[in-house]
Amino acid sequence: MTLMKSLMGATATLALSAGAALAEPALIFDLGGKFDKSFNEAAFGGAQRWAEESGGTFREIELQSEAQREQALRRFAEAGSNPIVTMGFGMADPLSSVAPDYPDTKFVVIDVTWLDQPNIRQVGFAEHEGSYLVGMMAAMASKTNTVGFVGGMDVPLIRHFGCGYAQGVKAVNPDATVIANMTGTTPAAWNDPVKGSELTKAQISQGADVVYAAAGGTGVGVLQTAADEGILSIGVDSNQNHLHPGKVLTSMMKRVDVAVYEAMTAGESIEAGVFSMGLAEEGVGYALDENNAALVSDEMKAAVDKARQQIIDGEIEVVSYYADNSCPVLKF
Amino acid sequence: MEKMPKWADVVLIPLISLVLAAGLSALVILAIGEDPIAAVKLMVDGALGSSYGWGYTLYYATNFMFTGLAVAVAAHAGLFNIGGEGQAMLGGLGVAMICLFIPWPHWTLALLFATLGAGLFGAAWAAIPAYLQAKRGSHIVITTIMFNFIAAAVLNYVLVNVLKPANSMDPASARFSDTVHLPSLHELLAPLGIAFSKSAPANVSLLVAVAACFGVWLRIWRSALGFEIRAFGKSEPGARYAGISPVKITMIAMMISGALAGMMAINNVMGEVERLVLNATEGAGFIGIAVALMGRNHPFGVFVAAILFGFLYQGGAELALWTKIPRELIVVIQALVILFTGALDNMVRIPLEKIFLALRKEAN
Repeated sequence: MTLMKSLMGATATLALSAGAALAEPALIFDLGGKFDKSFNEAAFGGAQRWAEESGGTFREIELQSEAQREQALRRFAEAGSNPIVTMGFGMADPLSSVAPDYPDTKFVVIDVTWLDQPNIRQVGFAEHEGSYLVGMMAAMASKTNTVGFVGGMDVPLIRHFGCGYAQGVKAVNPDATVIANMTGTTPAAWNDPVKGSELTKAQISQGADVVYAAAGGTGVGVLQTAADEGILSIGVDSNQNHLHPGKVLTSMMKRVDVAVYEAMTAGESIEAGVFSMGLAEEGVGYALDENNAALVSDEMKAAVDKARQQIIDGEIEVVSYYADNSCPVLKF
Repeated sequence: MEKMPKWADVVLIPLISLVLAAGLSALVILAIGEDPIAAVKLMVDGALGSSYGWGYTLYYATNFMFTGLAVAVAAHAGLFNIGGEGQAMLGGLGVAMICLFIPWPHWTLALLFATLGAGLFGAAWAAIPAYLQAKRGSHIVITTIMFNFIAAAVLNYVLVNVLKPANSMDPASARFSDTVHLPSLHELLAPLGIAFSKSAPANVSLLVAVAACFGVWLRIWRSALGFEIRAFGKSEPGARYAGISPVKITMIAMMISGALAGMMAINNVMGEVERLVLNATEGAGFIGIAVALMGRNHPFGVFVAAILFGFLYQGGAELALWTKIPRELIVVIQALVILFTGALDNMVRIPLEKIFLALRKEAN
């Protein structure tokens, strides 16, 4: 019984000391880890930029297990962190049970749009629209009329990328072939550049001469192999054109960094609700810089910019994989 | 004659190994410019200093008890089951099917059948490598490892294509209904007047795990079947000569092992997340190997080792939350403990045996 009492005492002290902490934002990385060259790293970049510009500090944690999702949310909320920025669809369910317990704390979640809570800002990206544009570019750059897609883990999100890409390809060239492969079925698939390289070689042997990697750290291997074998590749999430100048056709930018930066800048007064970051909001897009300027012809640029405007105006509708969990032009 | 007293074998060796691992970890923490004493304090406080910490420590420990027992039972039959991970994933599938598709009136019934379902799925998944080993001589280490990957692929397929609710893009099943919610330690202890943290995930399946420890002890040391399993593990030709069927023992030992690993799912799937997620097992199947090694394949040893590893997991989480020590280094610390207690056992054992022999000579 004395043990129990001391345990309770310790909890109480912890709760008291936690309440006194200053409100600083917190960032919870997904299981992929902070330095995944992609999704989480983009978030870290956004947070870093906020910290440098504002002089503030933020708490962070790289999750190691599923049980830590709720744990980290509660601990940061109890320690007074505000807002708490979280990454990835895996946070959806833990958030829906934690957020109601901390009504004064604002939560931000990236890649989730289906929750119903007054204190959660949900940011979804229209990856299919950005992928559609790079798909068009792939089809225009391809001489073999065969393009490839290397996904990371086989989850709906990555199918969503692939589906938009295939639609873009078919819009330019209805007869083009899209070869789609997923790296794996475990989280290791996000960080397996060797397998990414193998898949790229396999796709090249099937005739692909442009390969789009939507695979986190695995994409590094895809881009490397494509550059070695003399074909073009397309990067994802961050601008990866600089990795192999003149060999990366473009990158499908998903501005996670902007979403995180905006959330931290807004601080505690951040607006909750569902926000979509599409082409119009410049949440997604294709990257053009000095590294790939020679690869993108004026004709290509004109066509893609026109399609971009048409998508924004609603003249072109890119079908979302989420709409009915299937893709009209690509089988997974 | 024993080379050294039993207490030295059971207590002293693991303790020295732990101290060595802790010392090396301290150096690692020092090398990256953090304070090792503060880190240890944070780990102990975070994992054992509150009922909240205990709740997480015991939650992880429950997982490790099941998988540790799974490895231990197979090890008694001389089989190295590395497939706990896959068996636990399939166990999760069994739990999810039972919780999702059958409207249970009360959690007690649901727990009973979920345990059976999880055990059944895990046992079935272990039965295939067992059969291949027994009948075809395919090595169990290779096949159980392969079956981990197959299990991951099966789970991924089922979650992405079958069990995922239409409006969500998270590859996970729907939430189980509230009636199958397992009471947490908070809910169990509240009627007894003991306050326990509300948010910690430790739940009633801890008791199932403890019961499983006791059950394994009875089965292995107090039953004819257990005797056959141990005899087979000690010497296959000897067991064969005594009329013990190698096929039967391989199958039974592996299926018990698989069932135990599968039963882990009542803790992590039913007790914690309350839905089936992709990587619900997160390596517990592999930690089970270390737990069984450290626990000397004895249920009580497994129980203690599981709590130690639960402490390392929860303490590691606290480090990740409140310090700048990167996640990879926390894994290094956990790995050092596994290395010293599991793999480098003889490094401590052989010098220690020499010391005890020398002492005995002197006494004589």
